[in-house]
Amino acid sequence: MRWIAEVHVQLRPGIADPEGLTIASGLRALGFASVSEVRSGKLLRVSFEADAVDQARQQVEAMCRRLLANPVMETATWEVRADDEPSEEARLA
Amino acid sequence: MSAPRVAVVVFPGTWSDRDFLDVAPVVGWEVRRVWHAEHELPAVDAVVLPGGFAHGDYLRTGAIARFSPIMAAVERFVASGGPVLGSCNGFQILCEAGMLPGALLRNDHLEFRCDWQWLRVESPASCPAWLGAASDGQPIRLPISHGEGRFYADNATLQDLETTGRVVLRYAEADGRVTPDANPNGSVRGIAGITNARGNVLGLMPHPERAAEAEMGGSDGRAILGSLAAWLREQPVAAERRL
Repeated sequence: MRWIAEVHVQLRPGIADPEGLTIASGLRALGFASVSEVRSGKLLRVSFEADAVDQARQQVEAMCRRLLANPVMETATWEVRADDEPSEEARLA
Repeated sequence: MSAPRVAVVVFPGTWSDRDFLDVAPVVGWEVRRVWHAEHELPAVDAVVLPGGFAHGDYLRTGAIARFSPIMAAVERFVASGGPVLGSCNGFQILCEAGMLPGALLRNDHLEFRCDWQWLRVESPASCPAWLGAASDGQPIRLPISHGEGRFYADNATLQDLETTGRVVLRYAEADGRVTPDANPNGSVRGIAGITNARGNVLGLMPHPERAAEAEMGGSDGRAILGSLAAWLREQPVAAERRL
């Protein structure tokens, strides 16, 4: 069975995020005066095979631990869902 | 004594390997380039992980490179006490691989910084293979060239590095004073280079290989690259390895 994991990787709280700071000041310059903070990060969408949802979740956790996030400086959160949506090409058709 | 034999590891995207090759005759090294897909190192006295953008630095700097086949051999070499130098991207790879603590983050000003930089050498005795020719407190001037050189480690790790004399290079003024203005990337405590507990691995963001000849604008890089030969002469184990 195919699964899709969406993995969000962020710098740990307390580590300066100059990209987020710059985006926040950009938003304030545009008039969004109430913006107090932006934290940047990255989104990784992983398509993979697993027999069941528990197994899929375990695989994603292992991927995060081994490669996708560096625990020295980053945290990772993820959502796993079954890949039962029509493919990009099917949607275009 | 014959010249130190040094393996310079080349990943896809490495660019400073040729600089090391170029200065090898200047510092008296016999250099051999080793492709990252190799599983074994040749018989060498030291290993260099040079600068560049290994595997495009995708995901994080050094994150993919640390899983290149050659890295298992580099880890064994480190475990056997062999001296390893990681400059710039090489430092980032050593941190990702866990051979050095901490991590290198995006420069605090988000700019790629390519410039000459003064540094202060500290506790050179903590890393004699690479800093034996330098003296404690000595200011040296080396090129930097990086967008992700902001050293970070948690407080417990920093405390451990400081109390064991393993912070060996800090960004400084020309007179050796460590000031916030001298810090080119926002590194915590101005840290530019560290060594491991055993003292055989040096990671630094600057490029000693680009400053080993006066005609390149400075030769302070020899304080680092020039330490190896003398250190090897003093090592009975290394001498045996050479036979």
